Amino acid sequence: MRLAGHYRTLVKMLAVSLIAVLLSGCSSNWGWYVVSPMTKSGMNNLLFLIGGLKYTLLLSVTAIMISVVVGLLVALPGLSENRALKLFNRTYVECIRAIPILVMILWVYYGLPQIADIQIGVFWAGVLALALSDSAFQAEIFRAGIQSIHRGQYEAARSISLSYTDTMRFIILPQAIKRILPALGNQLVYMLKMSSLVSVIGMQELTRRANELVVTEYRSLEIYTILIVEYLVLILIVSAGVRWLERRMRTDEGS
Amino acid sequence: MTDLASDARSAGRTAPIIELIGVNKWFDDFQALKDINLAVLPGEKLVVCGPSGSGKSTMIRCINRLERHQSGRIIVDGTELDDDEKNIRTVRQEVGMVFQQFNLFPHLTVLENLMIGPQRARKMTKAQARERAELYLERVHIPEQADKYPSQLSGGQQQRVAIARSLCMEPRIMLFDEPTSALDPEMISEVLDVMTELAESGMTMVCVTHEMGFAKRVADTMVFMDAGEIVESADPETFFGNPRTDRCQRFLQQILGH
Ligand SMILES: Nc1ncnc2c1ncn2[C@@H]1O[C@H](COP(=O)(O)OP(=O)(O)OP(=O)(O)O)[C@@H](O)[C@H]1O
Ligand SMILES: [Mg+2]
Repeated sequence: MRLAGHYRTLVKMLAVSLIAVLLSGCSSNWGWYVVSPMTKSGMNNLLFLIGGLKYTLLLSVTAIMISVVVGLLVALPGLSENRALKLFNRTYVECIRAIPILVMILWVYYGLPQIADIQIGVFWAGVLALALSDSAFQAEIFRAGIQSIHRGQYEAARSISLSYTDTMRFIILPQAIKRILPALGNQLVYMLKMSSLVSVIGMQELTRRANELVVTEYRSLEIYTILIVEYLVLILIVSAGVRWLERRMRTDEGS
Repeated sequence: MTDLASDARSAGRTAPIIELIGVNKWFDDFQALKDINLAVLPGEKLVVCGPSGSGKSTMIRCINRLERHQSGRIIVDGTELDDDEKNIRTVRQEVGMVFQQFNLFPHLTVLENLMIGPQRARKMTKAQARERAELYLERVHIPEQADKYPSQLSGGQQQRVAIARSLCMEPRIMLFDEPTSALDPEMISEVLDVMTELAESGMTMVCVTHEMGFAKRVADTMVFMDAGEIVESADPETFFGNPRTDRCQRFLQQILGH
């Protein structure tokens, strides 16, 4: 509840600073007409910018779903006693983690079709690059989460003859996921921000649209301010959602 | 240390349900079990005691393969424990285990804790598993706690749930590793009572415990371990009345002392 209090204060502070910026827009330096819903062209511009939300969301959510699955599949061998499996985990994590996301996006979009005989669109190139980059971090989060579950839980599960898969699925992962939920939420926020990089290969998400509008309207200050607000609102909503989920999962354990 | 095995053989009628033959176990360089020979007959109650670090837990954990022994043979209900995962699961279906720290699944209700084994490992339907869970919850005298989470129960209740969880698999053998050591004194007897009832029902039991009152009441055979070896094994009367070795004598004096 204290956290929720802090959160409310934060939102208030943001709202105040936002109003300050908007008010200062009345002075001659600002040209809010470019996105004014009062005029037809302003309205069009505004809708064009907001329309990117759909792609930013689609891109990030698809990518994070893939990266969670891949991350888990990479984390499990890392927890094994087997040397070779452990080595696979370490190699994957260290290598993927070392590649800057922007570079990964460029390589997947321009490079991958040349070595593998595939046609890859902007959207899926973006998803793949983001998911790949994120999966290394997900793998580390899952590994730490699973490792934090007491050994007695495995032993109890094995002693009632549950298989490895059932032990993971019904006993270990539900507890581990509850613990790593804050970290997964962070990762989602991070993903939403990183998706802006996919603009470089022409994906019409939030950032790309802002860039395109700036080129035709020459109003970078207003348009990029709108862009910031878009990300801010999006991420505040997502964070609130994650927090709600955390609270819910905590209460259904009765502790 | 082979007198148990030979007892079993001379008894003739029944073959042991648990048999350890020349079992050795190392943790890196440290030898935790040294040439362990042990035979437990169906329905027999074996109580294992000994000083801390003597290898009691390690020994019984080898019986359901929570620890892997490096040499010797362990045969449980006709199945030899080796690296074959199938054999290990066969044995675990027949062997229940109760831990010092309960190890209940905190994210599941009491009933769900009991149902998961029958459902997943015995392939029972939800309704069948539920019926069985309710039956065994009644056996440990806490049917009214079915829908609570483990954290809402007292230690004694949690341990009884843990016993019921194992019983739901309908094992032929139950292993107990100091089941009352983590409990407040006033809760020990409720758990021992359940164990005594279980013993009376004819279950084969191997209990590591320092509850000597319980041991005298239910044990058919007492085993004393020290430094990874079985130093002494005898019926309770001989064991408590006339221990052969100094080490065992000293241990019993300490534990029964005052
Ligand atoms: N996983 C492990 N790795 C290394 N050494 C271990 C491990 N488990 C047990 N040991 C060692 O093996 C020896 C026997 O341990 P064990 O737990 O079987 O003793 P115990 O008789 O059950 O003692 P206690 O009464 O304290 O439970 C101890 O010296 C212990 O330190
Ligand atoms: Mg022990």
